[in-house]
Amino acid sequence: MSPDLVQPALVLSLALFAIGALGVFLRRNIITVFMCVELMLNAVNLAFIAFSRARGTLDGQVLVFFVLTVAAAEAAVGLAIIIALQRGRDTLDVDAFDLLKW
Amino acid sequence: MTAILFYVFAALAVGSALVVVGQRNPIYSAFGLIVTLCALSAIFGLLGSPFIAVLQVVVYAGAIMVLFLFVLMLLGVGAEDRKSGRTLKTVAAVLAAALALEMGAVLVGAAPAPVASFDASTRAVAHVLFSAPYLYVFEATSILILAALVGSIVLARRDP
Repeated sequence: MSPDLVQPALVLSLALFAIGALGVFLRRNIITVFMCVELMLNAVNLAFIAFSRARGTLDGQVLVFFVLTVAAAEAAVGLAIIIALQRGRDTLDVDAFDLLKW
Repeated sequence: MTAILFYVFAALAVGSALVVVGQRNPIYSAFGLIVTLCALSAIFGLLGSPFIAVLQVVVYAGAIMVLFLFVLMLLGVGAEDRKSGRTLKTVAAVLAAALALEMGAVLVGAAPAPVASFDASTRAVAHVLFSAPYLYVFEATSILILAALVGSIVLARRDP
Protein backbone atom coordinates (compact mmCIF):
# COMPACT_ATOMS: atom_id res chain seq x y z
CA MET A 1 0.00 0.00 0.00
CA SER A 2 2.95 2.31 0.41
CA PRO A 3 2.93 5.24 -2.04
CA ASP A 4 6.73 5.51 -2.33
CA LEU A 5 6.83 2.36 -4.49
CA VAL A 6 5.43 4.18 -7.53
CA GLN A 7 8.80 5.23 -8.94
CA PRO A 8 10.41 1.75 -8.60
CA ALA A 9 7.29 0.22 -10.17
CA LEU A 10 7.69 2.50 -13.20
CA VAL A 11 11.36 1.51 -13.52
CA LEU A 12 10.35 -2.19 -13.31
CA SER A 13 7.70 -1.57 -15.95
CA LEU A 14 10.18 -0.08 -18.39
CA ALA A 15 12.70 -2.86 -17.72
CA LEU A 16 10.08 -5.52 -18.50
CA PHE A 17 8.97 -3.62 -21.63
CA ALA A 18 12.56 -3.40 -22.91
CA ILE A 19 13.15 -7.11 -22.20
CA GLY A 20 9.96 -7.95 -24.09
CA ALA A 21 11.02 -5.80 -27.06
CA LEU A 22 14.44 -7.49 -27.03
CA GLY A 23 12.73 -10.89 -27.18
CA VAL A 24 10.55 -9.85 -30.13
CA PHE A 25 13.76 -9.08 -32.07
CA LEU A 26 15.85 -12.02 -30.87
CA ARG A 27 13.60 -15.07 -30.86
CA ARG A 28 12.90 -17.05 -34.01
CA ASN A 29 9.93 -19.11 -32.80
CA ILE A 30 6.68 -17.28 -33.53
CA ILE A 31 5.02 -18.50 -30.30
CA THR A 32 7.92 -17.15 -28.19
CA VAL A 33 7.66 -13.82 -30.04
CA PHE A 34 3.95 -13.81 -29.16
CA MET A 35 4.77 -14.48 -25.50
CA CYS A 36 7.20 -11.53 -25.53
CA VAL A 37 4.36 -9.32 -26.80
CA GLU A 38 2.27 -10.50 -23.83
CA LEU A 39 5.20 -9.57 -21.57
CA MET A 40 5.20 -6.04 -23.05
CA LEU A 41 1.43 -5.77 -22.47
CA ASN A 42 2.01 -6.69 -18.82
CA ALA A 43 4.70 -4.03 -18.47
CA VAL A 44 2.16 -1.48 -19.74
CA ASN A 45 -0.40 -2.79 -17.22
CA LEU A 46 2.13 -2.24 -14.44
CA ALA A 47 2.65 1.36 -15.59
CA PHE A 48 -1.14 1.90 -15.57
CA ILE A 49 -1.40 0.52 -12.01
CA ALA A 50 1.54 2.64 -10.82
CA PHE A 51 0.07 5.85 -12.30
CA SER A 52 -3.34 4.94 -10.90
CA ARG A 53 -1.75 4.59 -7.45
CA ALA A 54 0.13 7.88 -7.84
CA ARG A 55 -2.86 9.94 -8.95
CA GLY A 56 -5.36 8.22 -6.67
CA THR A 57 -7.89 7.70 -9.48
CA LEU A 58 -9.38 4.40 -10.62
CA ASP A 59 -9.32 5.00 -14.39
CA GLY A 60 -6.00 3.17 -14.64
CA GLN A 61 -7.50 0.10 -12.99
CA VAL A 62 -10.41 0.10 -15.44
CA LEU A 63 -8.01 0.48 -18.39
CA VAL A 64 -6.00 -2.52 -17.15
CA PHE A 65 -9.27 -4.47 -17.06
CA PHE A 66 -9.83 -3.63 -20.74
CA VAL A 67 -6.21 -4.41 -21.65
CA LEU A 68 -6.66 -7.84 -20.04
CA THR A 69 -9.82 -8.45 -22.06
CA VAL A 70 -8.21 -7.39 -25.32
CA ALA A 71 -5.13 -9.51 -24.50
CA ALA A 72 -7.34 -12.57 -24.00
CA ALA A 73 -9.08 -11.99 -27.35
CA GLU A 74 -5.73 -11.30 -29.02
CA ALA A 75 -4.22 -14.52 -27.63
CA ALA A 76 -7.15 -16.60 -28.88
CA VAL A 77 -7.06 -15.15 -32.42
CA GLY A 78 -3.24 -15.07 -32.56
CA LEU A 79 -2.87 -18.69 -31.54
CA ALA A 80 -5.54 -19.71 -34.06
CA ILE A 81 -3.51 -17.89 -36.77
CA ILE A 82 -0.36 -19.69 -35.58
CA ILE A 83 -2.13 -23.07 -35.88
CA ALA A 84 -3.23 -22.17 -39.42
CA LEU A 85 0.34 -21.04 -40.30
CA GLN A 86 1.81 -24.29 -38.96
CA ARG A 87 -0.66 -26.26 -41.12
CA GLY A 88 0.36 -24.40 -44.29
CA ARG A 89 4.15 -24.19 -43.89
CA ASP A 90 5.02 -26.93 -41.38
CA THR A 91 7.35 -24.59 -39.49
CA LEU A 92 7.10 -21.91 -36.79
CA ASP A 93 10.19 -19.89 -37.81
CA VAL A 94 9.25 -16.20 -38.19
CA ASP A 95 11.44 -15.83 -41.29
CA ALA A 96 9.43 -18.52 -43.10
CA PHE A 97 6.35 -16.29 -43.21
CA ASP A 98 7.31 -13.68 -45.83
CA LEU A 99 4.29 -13.78 -48.12
CA LEU A 100 3.64 -10.04 -47.70
CA LYS A 101 7.32 -9.11 -48.15
CA TRP A 102 7.99 -7.04 -51.24
CA MET B 1 8.22 -4.94 4.84
CA THR B 2 6.19 -3.92 1.78
CA ALA B 3 9.32 -2.47 0.17
CA ILE B 4 11.31 -5.67 0.77
CA LEU B 5 8.52 -7.80 -0.72
CA PHE B 6 8.28 -5.42 -3.69
CA TYR B 7 11.98 -5.73 -4.50
CA VAL B 8 11.90 -9.55 -4.09
CA PHE B 9 9.00 -9.84 -6.53
CA ALA B 10 10.54 -7.26 -8.87
CA ALA B 11 13.77 -9.29 -9.03
CA LEU B 12 11.73 -12.44 -9.61
CA ALA B 13 9.79 -10.74 -12.44
CA VAL B 14 12.92 -9.43 -14.19
CA GLY B 15 14.75 -12.76 -13.76
CA SER B 16 11.93 -14.85 -15.17
CA ALA B 17 11.39 -12.31 -17.97
CA LEU B 18 15.05 -12.86 -18.92
CA VAL B 19 14.32 -16.61 -18.92
CA VAL B 20 11.40 -15.99 -21.33
CA VAL B 21 13.72 -14.12 -23.71
CA GLY B 22 16.83 -16.26 -23.23
CA GLN B 23 15.40 -19.76 -23.58
CA ARG B 24 15.40 -21.44 -26.98
CA ASN B 25 12.75 -23.97 -26.00
CA PRO B 26 9.29 -22.32 -26.06
CA ILE B 27 7.99 -24.55 -23.24
CA TYR B 28 10.61 -23.11 -20.84
CA SER B 29 9.72 -19.61 -22.07
CA ALA B 30 6.07 -20.30 -21.26
CA PHE B 31 6.90 -21.41 -17.71
CA GLY B 32 9.12 -18.35 -17.25
CA LEU B 33 6.24 -16.15 -18.39
CA ILE B 34 3.90 -17.79 -15.85
CA VAL B 35 6.39 -16.91 -13.05
CA THR B 36 6.63 -13.32 -14.37
CA LEU B 37 2.84 -12.96 -14.42
CA CYS B 38 2.45 -14.29 -10.87
CA ALA B 39 5.22 -11.97 -9.60
CA LEU B 40 3.52 -9.04 -11.33
CA SER B 41 0.24 -10.04 -9.69
CA ALA B 42 1.94 -9.82 -6.29
CA ILE B 43 3.31 -6.38 -7.23
CA PHE B 44 -0.18 -5.20 -8.24
CA GLY B 45 -1.37 -6.33 -4.80
CA LEU B 46 1.48 -4.44 -3.12
CA LEU B 47 0.56 -1.28 -5.07
CA GLY B 48 -2.93 -1.51 -3.56
CA SER B 49 -4.91 -3.06 -6.44
CA PRO B 50 -6.33 -6.36 -5.15
CA PHE B 51 -8.95 -6.64 -7.91
CA ILE B 52 -6.41 -6.42 -10.75
CA ALA B 53 -4.04 -8.75 -8.86
CA VAL B 54 -6.67 -11.49 -8.73
CA LEU B 55 -7.71 -10.83 -12.33
CA GLN B 56 -4.07 -11.14 -13.42
CA VAL B 57 -3.75 -14.63 -11.90
CA VAL B 58 -7.14 -15.86 -13.14
CA VAL B 59 -7.09 -14.44 -16.68
CA TYR B 60 -3.39 -14.25 -17.54
CA ALA B 61 -1.62 -16.98 -15.57
CA GLY B 62 -4.72 -19.16 -15.73
CA ALA B 63 -6.58 -18.81 -19.01
CA ILE B 64 -4.10 -17.25 -21.45
CA MET B 65 -1.03 -19.26 -20.42
CA VAL B 66 -3.01 -22.53 -20.46
CA LEU B 67 -4.03 -21.60 -24.01
CA PHE B 68 -0.36 -21.00 -24.91
CA LEU B 69 0.77 -24.30 -23.38
CA PHE B 70 -2.13 -26.10 -25.09
CA VAL B 71 -1.05 -24.79 -28.51
CA LEU B 72 2.63 -25.60 -27.76
CA MET B 73 1.69 -29.19 -26.89
CA LEU B 74 -0.69 -29.41 -29.86
CA LEU B 75 1.96 -28.34 -32.37
CA GLY B 76 4.72 -30.32 -30.62
CA VAL B 77 7.42 -27.65 -31.00
CA GLY B 78 11.02 -28.32 -29.94
CA ALA B 79 13.93 -25.93 -29.42
CA GLU B 80 14.78 -23.46 -32.20
CA ASP B 81 17.29 -25.02 -34.55
CA ARG B 82 18.63 -21.72 -35.90
CA LYS B 83 20.36 -18.92 -34.02
CA SER B 84 19.82 -15.24 -34.70
CA GLY B 85 22.75 -13.60 -36.45
CA ARG B 86 25.26 -11.40 -34.65
CA THR B 87 24.04 -8.29 -36.50
CA LEU B 88 20.45 -8.90 -35.44
CA LYS B 89 21.55 -9.41 -31.83
CA THR B 90 23.48 -6.13 -31.80
CA VAL B 91 20.62 -4.23 -33.44
CA ALA B 92 18.13 -5.76 -30.96
CA ALA B 93 20.28 -4.85 -27.94
CA VAL B 94 20.83 -1.27 -29.16
CA LEU B 95 17.14 -0.78 -29.94
CA ALA B 96 16.04 -2.20 -26.58
CA ALA B 97 18.53 -0.01 -24.72
CA ALA B 98 17.40 3.08 -26.67
CA LEU B 99 13.76 2.23 -25.88
CA ALA B 100 14.57 1.79 -22.18
CA LEU B 101 16.39 5.14 -22.04
CA GLU B 102 13.58 6.92 -23.87
CA MET B 103 10.87 5.43 -21.64
CA GLY B 104 12.98 6.08 -18.55
CA ALA B 105 13.28 9.76 -19.44
CA VAL B 106 9.50 10.06 -19.99
CA LEU B 107 8.15 7.82 -17.21
CA VAL B 108 10.43 8.75 -14.31
CA GLY B 109 10.14 12.43 -15.06
CA ALA B 110 6.36 12.27 -15.44
CA ALA B 111 5.41 10.51 -12.20
CA PRO B 112 3.31 12.86 -10.03
CA ALA B 113 3.72 12.94 -6.25
CA PRO B 114 1.62 10.02 -4.94
CA VAL B 115 -1.53 10.79 -2.97
CA ALA B 116 -1.74 9.34 0.54
CA SER B 117 -5.13 7.62 0.55
CA PHE B 118 -6.16 5.22 -2.17
CA ASP B 119 -9.18 2.91 -2.37
CA ALA B 120 -9.06 0.39 -5.22
CA SER B 121 -11.31 -2.27 -3.71
CA THR B 122 -13.44 -4.37 -6.05
CA ARG B 123 -16.48 -2.31 -5.07
CA ALA B 124 -14.77 1.00 -5.94
CA VAL B 125 -13.42 -0.30 -9.28
CA ALA B 126 -16.86 -1.72 -10.17
CA HIS B 127 -18.49 1.67 -9.52
CA VAL B 128 -16.14 3.31 -12.04
CA LEU B 129 -16.41 0.43 -14.52
CA PHE B 130 -20.21 0.41 -14.58
CA SER B 131 -20.78 4.18 -14.78
CA ALA B 132 -21.04 6.57 -17.71
CA PRO B 133 -17.92 6.59 -19.94
CA TYR B 134 -16.61 3.09 -19.31
CA LEU B 135 -20.00 1.32 -19.37
CA TYR B 136 -20.23 1.66 -23.18
CA VAL B 137 -16.67 0.39 -23.59
CA PHE B 138 -17.56 -2.56 -21.36
CA GLU B 139 -20.54 -3.40 -23.57
CA ALA B 140 -18.40 -3.05 -26.71
CA THR B 141 -15.93 -5.52 -25.17
CA SER B 142 -18.57 -8.25 -25.28
CA ILE B 143 -18.84 -7.77 -29.06
CA LEU B 144 -15.03 -7.97 -29.28
CA ILE B 145 -15.01 -11.25 -27.34
CA LEU B 146 -17.74 -12.68 -29.57
CA ALA B 147 -15.80 -11.64 -32.71
CA ALA B 148 -12.59 -13.19 -31.31
CA LEU B 149 -14.48 -16.40 -30.51
CA VAL B 150 -15.94 -16.73 -34.03
CA GLY B 151 -12.67 -15.60 -35.65
CA SER B 152 -10.47 -18.11 -33.84
CA ILE B 153 -12.86 -20.98 -34.66
CA VAL B 154 -12.90 -20.00 -38.35
CA LEU B 155 -9.09 -19.54 -38.50
CA ALA B 156 -8.18 -22.80 -36.80
CA ARG B 157 -10.71 -24.90 -38.70
CA ARG B 158 -9.23 -27.79 -40.63
CA ASP B 159 -10.95 -27.21 -44.00
CA PRO B 160 -10.91 -23.45 -44.72
